[in-house]
Amino acid sequence: MGAEQAMGVEQGMGVERVLPFRPRIPAALAYALHALLARNRFYRRLAASVERRPVLYRAFTAGERVAKERLFGCRMCGQCALPATGYACPMTCPKQLRNGPCGGVRPDGSCEVDRTRRCVWVVAWTRAEGAARGADLDLLQRPVDNRQWTRSSWINYWQGRDEGLSVAHGDADPRPRLVERA
Amino acid sequence: MSGLRAALDERRFVVTAEVAPPRDADPEAIGRKAAGLRGWVDAANVTDNQGANVRMSSLAGSVLLRQAGIDPVMQLTCRDRNRIALQSDLVGAAAVGIRNVLLLTGDHPTLGDHPDAKPVFDLDGVQLVWTARTLRDDGTLLSGRPLATRPSWLIGTVENPFAPPAALRARRLAKKVAAGAEFVQTQYVFDVDAFARWVGMLRDGGVTERCAVIAGVGPIRSRRMLSFLTGSVPGVHVPEGLRRRLAGVPERRVEEEGMRVCVETIQALAAIDGVRGVHLMVFGHEDEVPDIVRRAGVRPFAELEGRR
Repeated sequence: MGAEQAMGVEQGMGVERVLPFRPRIPAALAYALHALLARNRFYRRLAASVERRPVLYRAFTAGERVAKERLFGCRMCGQCALPATGYACPMTCPKQLRNGPCGGVRPDGSCEVDRTRRCVWVVAWTRAEGAARGADLDLLQRPVDNRQWTRSSWINYWQGRDEGLSVAHGDADPRPRLVERA
Repeated sequence: MSGLRAALDERRFVVTAEVAPPRDADPEAIGRKAAGLRGWVDAANVTDNQGANVRMSSLAGSVLLRQAGIDPVMQLTCRDRNRIALQSDLVGAAAVGIRNVLLLTGDHPTLGDHPDAKPVFDLDGVQLVWTARTLRDDGTLLSGRPLATRPSWLIGTVENPFAPPAALRARRLAKKVAAGAEFVQTQYVFDVDAFARWVGMLRDGGVTERCAVIAGVGPIRSRRMLSFLTGSVPGVHVPEGLRRRLAGVPERRVEEEGMRVCVETIQALAAIDGVRGVHLMVFGHEDEVPDIVRRAGVRPFAELEGRR
């Protein structure tokens, strides 16, 4: 792992430099992996059981961190948006935008903060469109719960805590209010 | 001072401009800039530490602009404030009588005069619009706590129709409108055809019925400004044809040619179905606004109002 990669290892509230990360696996593979890890009764029970054991929880979270950091530049926000962004991590956008690209994207698709890198959202759009999942980017993403940094997003997801992360335009509960977590 | 909301309600062609607060504590600076604009614009934006450079706050600037007789559009960015401070400033703006807010993500601090600052970005621009609408329409904070007295500002946003990914830009605005944006001011429009295609996409999606599109325009004054705009300002697109046109005149006539382009652009934009007005970006040349508006002929009564 190079120096650039190691930066993501620094945990916490994102004080260190955040730069766009290009996912290391194709979108199709990521969607397939997601299908394998999709929420079901087994995973829900597993997650609850892991969460009850602090040592196990830390080990599990460390494993998740290593895998997702290598593949997606994961920063451990604990509320994963990857399935709705073509598996390009929006938390590696220097502005950590959860709802699409800013207006500063250069004509060649590079990031306004670092011209040597491709805008996370340009990558997200290309990957999602390629997989006929472009409509995912229309979802309204709610504000991040900053208490979840360094927590396991898989354990949160398996226990159904991510269900309110985003809403469609016409949904019944269109409020941006923070998702209440159990 | 009838203001932006009245102009939009009366379906007039809207003209807005920009007033950058000073880099110091001079209380007269805003008033001096406002003097040239009064009567010629429906409202003027007060920028929020634009380009991530420290200036007088947009809240203070908006109060001063209001005192100077112009309806302020208070800009507020996510760059320097978390959700507590953002909501606090929104509520404060309502209390001091600011009737329009323009909510955006903001430039990254590395582009400004304090590149060592901590970037906040606790919310993004879409979430901030959403938050503002919740404050106003639901009368609650993000926490769910109720507001006894609700704000009533008009909520605006920005969009850059020319930045990649092009196919996503109309949908992105649709999302902001779903979150609560009632008007949008755009990045500089130099490529009218590309802009018209973007507005067409908005019309097809029913976005223009819910959100007033105000196109950003401004004159290119010199070759230096042209290369600055194309090289240093994120998200500005100057088409090749315009570059050739400005290159084809001698340097001393670039300013006049740039002004002519600006006036023609406004007239072309006014003819696009769904465009409700223009946002003039003249950066320190506020005195040029009356001339631009008069030559474009988009506000037949502007001179009369100016005399009032």
